[in-house]
Amino acid sequence: MEFKAHQPIYLQIYLHICEMILNGKYKIGDKIMSVREMAIEVGVNPNTVMRSYELLQSKDIIINKRGIGFNVSENAKEIILEEQKKQFIEEELPEIIKKLKMFGISIEEIERQLKGEN
Amino acid sequence: MITIKNLDFSYKNAAVFKNISLDFKEGNVYGLLGENGVGKTTLLKLICGLQQANAGSCTVDEFIPSERNPYFLQNIFYLPEEVITDDTTPELFVKKLGVFYPRYDQQYFRDLMQELEVDAAKKFSTLSYGQKKKALLACALSLRTDYLLLDEPTNGLDIPSKALFRKVILQHSVSTNHANQHLSSSCQNNTGDTQDAWSDNPTIIISTHQVKDVENLIDPIVILDHDEVLLNATFEEISSKLYFDYGTEKSDDALYSEMMPGGYINVLPNKFEMESKVNVEALFNAVRNNKKRIKEIFNN
Repeated sequence: MEFKAHQPIYLQIYLHICEMILNGKYKIGDKIMSVREMAIEVGVNPNTVMRSYELLQSKDIIINKRGIGFNVSENAKEIILEEQKKQFIEEELPEIIKKLKMFGISIEEIERQLKGEN
Repeated sequence: MITIKNLDFSYKNAAVFKNISLDFKEGNVYGLLGENGVGKTTLLKLICGLQQANAGSCTVDEFIPSERNPYFLQNIFYLPEEVITDDTTPELFVKKLGVFYPRYDQQYFRDLMQELEVDAAKKFSTLSYGQKKKALLACALSLRTDYLLLDEPTNGLDIPSKALFRKVILQHSVSTNHANQHLSSSCQNNTGDTQDAWSDNPTIIISTHQVKDVENLIDPIVILDHDEVLLNATFEEISSKLYFDYGTEKSDDALYSEMMPGGYINVLPNKFEMESKVNVEALFNAVRNNKKRIKEIFNN
């Protein structure tokens, strides 16, 4: 795993696991790697991975089965999408709107682009 | 647990430590940082009983290291920066050493040598500096002691070997089998206190000034200075107290600023509880340049 320079590592691992849930590598109910396995896999101190897992757990994305490990929760995908959507609307969209205005790009043009994409 | 309390130490008339106190909690991989000559090696020697405090105390679990109790000695290993080896092979060297360590694991030694890509049957005299260093690391890990003190272990390793070093240390540091249950229970009560979770793992102290080599490996970090401990904190504590700003400008409020590719890194007191990525090199310089300030920030 290639780490970005400026984001806390535990957040990057958190997002990495979210991504694996979104793209279907981990499905509902799947057991995810243990903290130990993940620490070795990504090459960071287990305390750091532990923080990622605690965050995932506090958001109900993974659930802890005592003594068994961590499993992807039933609503994991929805929770992640909801969070990322919220973040997109609050942080990225204003930037995009600013640029759309700057370049004078109309809604119609965006709609055309969207149709072309799909 | 290693507990150092009000400890004084000096070589003849040269004082190294004056009234220092610090703890090393079980199951963590500590990074011991400090400039040349501040006493990193001396501290390791005090912990393993090769030196004795002039005043104050150093205890490891229930043992006083300098008493050199055999039950203590069989459970701690100190790997100095330079080791003088006889005209022997790593294989024979570790076999002799293993006699004194009840948990010495020969198979583990072989696996490590293979992973580190060193031939265990070759004489030390025929190995390169880096290969010798890796072979001795394999010896040290295979003794499976609860406490492992490594003095500048990445010095002289080439780039691929540094990556291998991180990998074997990580694997070693999480190598006990029954700790997963501790882990789950500590996650469940969600106290954020991860220290207890790893109490079955070995405690490793890595002294280094090659910060980059061990940046993601170590947690907590201890920074030593001439006769005092400047910092003993986990990454979580550090990132809650300090903010690492990666920007295009030098900040006036910064404890430390440094130009790096693409802009500046500023280390600031974390007033707004923002999250940032700890940069250990910048941290080290920030601590070094603001000794009093850092102590105030971390003691609050």
